[in-house]
Formats: sequence, structure tokens, C-alpha cells
Amino acid sequence: MPPIAPETATPKSAALEIDGLIAGYGQTRILEGVGLTVPAGGRLAVLGRNGVGKTTLMATLVGQTTRHAGTIRLGGRDITGLDSARRAAAGLGYVPQTRDVFRMLTVEENLITGLKGGPRDRIETAYALFPRLKERRRNGAGNLSGGEQQMLSVARALLGEPAVLLLDEPLEGLAPVICDQLMEALTGLSMTVILVEQQIDRALEFCRDLVILDRGRVVHSGPAAAARDDHALLERHLGVALMA
Amino acid sequence: MTAAVTKAPAGATAAAITAIPPRPSRAFRDAVAVALIAGGGLAAYWIFPEDLGLLTRILATCLYVLSLDLVLGFCGIATLGQAALFGTGAYAAGIAAVHLVADPILLLVVGGVAGGLMALATGALVLRAHGLTLLMLTIAVTQLLQELANKLRWLTGGSDGLSGVEPDPVLGLFRFDMYGRTSYLFALAVLVVGVVVAQRIVRSPFGLACRGVKEDPLRVAALGGSPRGHLVGMYTVSGVFAGVAGALTAVTSGIVGLDSLSFTWSAEALVMLVLGGAGHLYGAVVGTVAFMGVHHVLASTNPFHWMLFIGLFLMAIVLFAPGGITGGVARIAGLVRRRAP
Repeated sequence: MPPIAPETATPKSAALEIDGLIAGYGQTRILEGVGLTVPAGGRLAVLGRNGVGKTTLMATLVGQTTRHAGTIRLGGRDITGLDSARRAAAGLGYVPQTRDVFRMLTVEENLITGLKGGPRDRIETAYALFPRLKERRRNGAGNLSGGEQQMLSVARALLGEPAVLLLDEPLEGLAPVICDQLMEALTGLSMTVILVEQQIDRALEFCRDLVILDRGRVVHSGPAAAARDDHALLERHLGVALMA
Repeated sequence: MTAAVTKAPAGATAAAITAIPPRPSRAFRDAVAVALIAGGGLAAYWIFPEDLGLLTRILATCLYVLSLDLVLGFCGIATLGQAALFGTGAYAAGIAAVHLVADPILLLVVGGVAGGLMALATGALVLRAHGLTLLMLTIAVTQLLQELANKLRWLTGGSDGLSGVEPDPVLGLFRFDMYGRTSYLFALAVLVVGVVVAQRIVRSPFGLACRGVKEDPLRVAALGGSPRGHLVGMYTVSGVFAGVAGALTAVTSGIVGLDSLSFTWSAEALVMLVLGGAGHLYGAVVGTVAFMGVHHVLASTNPFHWMLFIGLFLMAIVLFAPGGITGGVARIAGLVRRRAP
């Protein structure tokens, strides 16, 4: 299946290109030939109903599933055969759905693990983005609230200075005020972002491009702004319509 | 916990979290711990002058159990083969002392290098496995080395042990005396240095990543780290510590026996670590002192039934303080901090 590029994508400066990706868990296939391109500095929302393969797509991009076919190129470089660690070193940052902070480490120690050997004073940039974390720097990460854990997870991923940041439902379970804080921080980022999110309105507002997955395939791609007004499209693929 | 917190109103969540005060900095706690170990060691020197032999053995064992904590407590590597690394260091230092050098510090270096190399070689192989398989492989390595030491009688002394380890004075100044004073103070100095180095290692980005591997290897990989590389690295570091502990035992006791490569010695280290609390760094010291102290007192008080009391003691700790002695103390300290105004 040829890759479906959002209309605004410019393949020559693509940060991430996925072509014919078939992947899953063991012999079970979840993704059935996903193809998409994200331009450098672009923001792509990946939407879909539950169980269509959004999280599997993210996990496949970071090398944590079984890939059966297809290629993944990061900044023009084929990273398909690399393991998770090398993909991260190549420039993929990942914030998983489960907010996998190291619960036994303090906030600051969690951030240190994200430095990839870089200077320790770079942690201050994370504190500048999320001042709340500086207040909590000596607290155990397991004692943080859900929102603070999510901030920590995002901040730790950012410290690795990824070329492409993958965010898997970062707003899940968070109070609206915390969602606002997190989205405000993310809005200031200049890197390429792929966002999987159930809060469709926030995702479409944050991202420039959109793909919708269904049964492991891309069934729609295009500008996010156009989709915001296309209630029929959202109703058809997601079963919801945004409030005016 | 996350779900419960995130469903609460934002204000309430913030208030609840604010109520948890941060712990004192790690650097402060580390400094206090080192001061306690050094101070306690010096106090024991004055209080128990007749038991310096036993106390020296306890100090060397502390370093040995500390080496196990580095892999089990901080990396989650289940091993019953730590004696392989300890014994390698002990025999390397012992053989070097008999044939090559007699400087005690050089002998520690020899033991540490030998333990580290053995850990690197065996770790690269056995750490491909997990769980029960890994456990069996570590036991197998120990058994192989013990049998090798037994067969190489011309070099190791076989079942008679390697004797004739007579180190020179420490720094050319302090001769190893028959009362064991120099041995004890030398062992205390080595332990303190070992603890400080271990602190630096576990607080370093490498050490933190190792703890991350213990908690979630996939997450470490997604952050760009190599889980297996970190495990082999820490296993090697642990080998250096165990090797130095073995060399220290050889230097201070003057003999190396096959028991230094025994399965029992590995198992005892595990018991002492569980007793003190794995993953706390100081649990190794506390557990070793508690186990060997209680062992000594009970064995001299009741030579026939002391094992029964040791068993009851261990059961009480495991049942009522699952995190070991240091884990129990940390839990109580946490409760006190939360209740403080």
C-alpha cells in the first residue's frame, strides 16, 4: 500500500517516513500496511477508535513490537532494522501511554536518565518548561500526581533532544487544568511531533496534519483544520462530532 | 494510585502532593552513612579489642555483600554465584602474594581486576538468560570454578587451601600484627572507600540507568540505553568489588580456602543482603553485621541449637520487615516525616 501523505507534507524534508508497515505482537498482526510521512517540524495527530492500532503504531516506531513488513525512515535514514536503543539514539523520543517514569527514582534522577550522557545542567531546561518538576525534584517519581508524572515523562523524553517526539495519549486521565498546562508546554516545542490522543479537539488544535486509523490501516489523511469542521468525517471514522 | 489521584480535583491533588515533603538530599544521607560506618567501625575497634579477627572478617564480608547488592538490589540480577567472583579475587590475590607481590594494596588491585574480568567474561554469557535459568547458570559457574581450584592443587593448594599469604606492611609502615589491629583498620579503610565508590556509582547516570533497567528495561531502551550492556557493566563492577573483598580476606586472614568459591558462601551473602535490605546500599553492611553478629553470639551461647535461632531471626525479619532492616527503618522514617507538623 503506498504511503498516504498529509497534503501539507513535503517529502524532501520528511522527518519520518513509514511505508507499508505491517506489525503486531508475535504472529498477531495489528497494523496492516500503514504508510505516512511527517515533514520536519510538523505535527501529526493520529486518531481512531479504541483498538485500531494507534498505540501499536507508536510501539512499532520505537521497535517494541514484531514487524512483519514495511520500512521506517527517520530523517532519510532507514531505521527499520535498529533496536529500541539505537532508534532512540537516532532521534526518536517516546512518551508511552502508561507514563513509564521510574517510580523508585526521584524526579531529578529520572531526568538524568534521559540525558543520554549530555551535561547535567541541561536539566534546567526541563525545569524551565515544567517548573512544577523543580519543586518536586527530590520527591520519588512514584509519589507524583498523574499530571506531574506525565510532565516528567515528557520532560525526560525532551532531554534526549529527539528529532521526532512520539506522544501516546499524554492527556489520558488528567484534570482539564493539567491538560491545559501540558498542552501549553508542548505548543512551544519546535520539533516534529506525532500525537495519539483521545481528546480530539485538543489534538486537532495542536496538530497541523491528521491521519485516522481503522483496523490497522490509514483511512483518512489531511489537514487537521479541515477535519475540525468536517463533522461527517469525524462521525464516520471516530463516532463523535466536535461541539461548535 | 495514578488513577485515584488524577480523578481528584486539581486543587485537592496539588494539596495532597504538597503534603509529602522531599527527603533529605542523597548526598547528605550518603555522607551521614559513611560517617556512621567509619565511626561505628572505630568504636568497635575500641569496644571489642579481643574480637578483631571476627570483626575484620565481618568488614570484608560487608564489602562482599555490597557487591551482591550492586547486581541484585540495583539491577535485579538474581544470582547465586557471587562467590565465584569473591573466590576469584581471593585466589588471584593469594597466588600473587605467594609468587609475585606482597604489597597489600597491590594485592587488592590484583583481586579486583581478577574479579572484574571473571564477571565480565561470565556475565557476558550468563546475562543472556533470565530468572531461574540465570540462577542455575550462576551456580554452575561457581561450581566449575570451585572444582577448577580443587584440581589445580599445585597452584591453589586444593582442599588444603592456599597458605603462605604474608603481605608487606601497609604503605610500608603498618605491619600486620598478631592481634589483628592493622588488619582490622586496613579492612575498615577499604570498606569505607568501597562504600564511597559504590555511592558514586549508583548515583551516577550509569547507576541510575541500571536501576531503570531493574524497573523497566524497555523504557531504558526507548531512552537510548542498552539494558543488557548496563547489566553486564554493573556485573563487572560488582565483580571488582567482590574481587577486592576476596583479596581483602586473603590479605587479612593469610589463607584462601575452597569455601571461598562455595555455593554456601553465595547463599549466605544473599541471606545477609535480604536481611539488611537489598537496593539500599547500606543494607549490605547492616545485614552482614546483624547476621554475623547474631550468628557469633548464638553459636557461642548455644553451640547445639544456634541454627534454629538464626532461622527464627530470619523468618521474623522476612515476615515483619519485607524490605529488610534498612527497609523497615526507611518506612518508619517516612511515616514520621509525614506525621511531622
